[in-house]
Amino acid sequence: MSTSTSDNPAVAADALVRVRGVSFRQGTRAIYEGVDLDIPRGKLTAILGPSGTGKTTLLRLIGGQWRPQAGTVHFDGIDVHAQSRQQLYTLRKRMGLLFQNGALLTDLSVFDNVAFPLREHTTLPESIIRDLVLMKLEAVGLRGARDLFPEQLSGGMARRVALARAIALEPELVMYDEPFTGQDPISMGVLMRLIRSLNEALGITSIVVSHDVEEVLSIADYAYIVGGGKVLDQGTPERIRASSSELVQQFLTGAPDGPIAFHYKGKPYLQDLQGTGA
Amino acid sequence: MSGMFTVLANFLAGLGRAQFFLLSVLAAIPSALMRPRLLVQQLYMVGVLSLIIIVISGSFVGMVLALQGFRTLVRFGAEESLGVFVALVIVRELGPVVTALLFAGRAGSALAAEIGLMKATDQLSAMEMMAVDPIRRVIAPRFIAGVLAMPLLAGIFCVMAIGIAGGHAVGVELLGVDAGSYWSQIRGAVEIDDIVQSFIKSIVFGAAISWIAVYQGYHAAPTSEGVSRATTSTVVVSSLSILALDFVLTAFMFR
Repeated sequence: MSTSTSDNPAVAADALVRVRGVSFRQGTRAIYEGVDLDIPRGKLTAILGPSGTGKTTLLRLIGGQWRPQAGTVHFDGIDVHAQSRQQLYTLRKRMGLLFQNGALLTDLSVFDNVAFPLREHTTLPESIIRDLVLMKLEAVGLRGARDLFPEQLSGGMARRVALARAIALEPELVMYDEPFTGQDPISMGVLMRLIRSLNEALGITSIVVSHDVEEVLSIADYAYIVGGGKVLDQGTPERIRASSSELVQQFLTGAPDGPIAFHYKGKPYLQDLQGTGA
Repeated sequence: MSGMFTVLANFLAGLGRAQFFLLSVLAAIPSALMRPRLLVQQLYMVGVLSLIIIVISGSFVGMVLALQGFRTLVRFGAEESLGVFVALVIVRELGPVVTALLFAGRAGSALAAEIGLMKATDQLSAMEMMAVDPIRRVIAPRFIAGVLAMPLLAGIFCVMAIGIAGGHAVGVELLGVDAGSYWSQIRGAVEIDDIVQSFIKSIVFGAAISWIAVYQGYHAAPTSEGVSRATTSTVVVSSLSILALDFVLTAFMFR
């Protein structure tokens, strides 16, 4: 059913991120068991899957925040988890991660939030930082909101500011963690257009983790469906939509019952009501 | 019995983690000192914003000590020694200890809650992903500010309690003790060693409170309950540590 990543030359040829045989457990719960993934350079790749399947975990593994128990993650040919702390920080300057809630620094204004990575990592004069920040804010349509503080922003605006901050250092890879969750249709449309246009205009590689299937497939070049610790399917959006897998179809159509059961595992209903059995 | 061992093992493991954490904070201090703006900002947050509670408490503690001391001293006709009584009690004990307890409640809890919330809202993770070390950028400046602010606040507490609105106001202005003997007896009895030892105590207390607060905040569970627990633990553990450290330091210093 699922195509192996290495069998797919279109993907494997020029991958910016290469995940091989990654297994990751949290306590006794296995999140990933021997997962292979390739994120093609310059493309927008979607990682889709039901809630709780470890999509965010994957981004943290790629960013080197968490370490897999087995397997490797390579970013532009560099083994992320074989780096020293300092080398990892150098590598992270080439990545941006947009957190689900924006994760803006609440004691800084919108302007200072976007200027934060520039001030931390460059010695640029303040006049140039100002120009750069205004350019990034203009790109996300929030130049006029530069003096506001995070608590004054709506959820969608906070994510756009976080996006401006994530692209401040002009990274090669931007990872979006559930960018559309809890957004009204207008905000969602704005974010989708932004993610797509930034991918094209800046030539960056994008990974969008989401469970908003239709929205993400409409902007993605390639998609992976993860679940049960494995890659269930992968391919272009058209191929995913035409997938014959019951699990993929259940996920795409949002059917409440199917290979992923509606009921959490437990003893039989009748037995439970009668209070019998272990 | 095995339950007791588990509690002891958990306690020792926690202490070990806290020590490793302290080492990483100490290693980040030189780079934090290179950014005075961050330091000044944190000195304002933990020091200047604690001033009101320290000034008011210092005054009241001084006033109460003067009232109590006068009642006893006057029985022996020794009310002229009121200044010595107030000054020694304040400089040696109450100055650093009460300031530290108030500092733990006011600044320690704020530090733990702020850092815990930063963790719960992914701000610390976001910094890491932006290749900014949160220990250097967030923790070290707060730790240094706590260590620096504590002796300054303890000094202000002592000044308020002995002079201005405290012991002097009640003893001299209200109860009629001669101002000349109040101050001259203080100058005669309080030695430079007393002040140095008081200063050492307040630095040790400041370091202990800051260490506990940043550790609890940084290791808080990223939930509202986790942040609340970290804040409570900071105040409880800091207060007990201050009292225990005070005993140890006093035993060594005033032999």
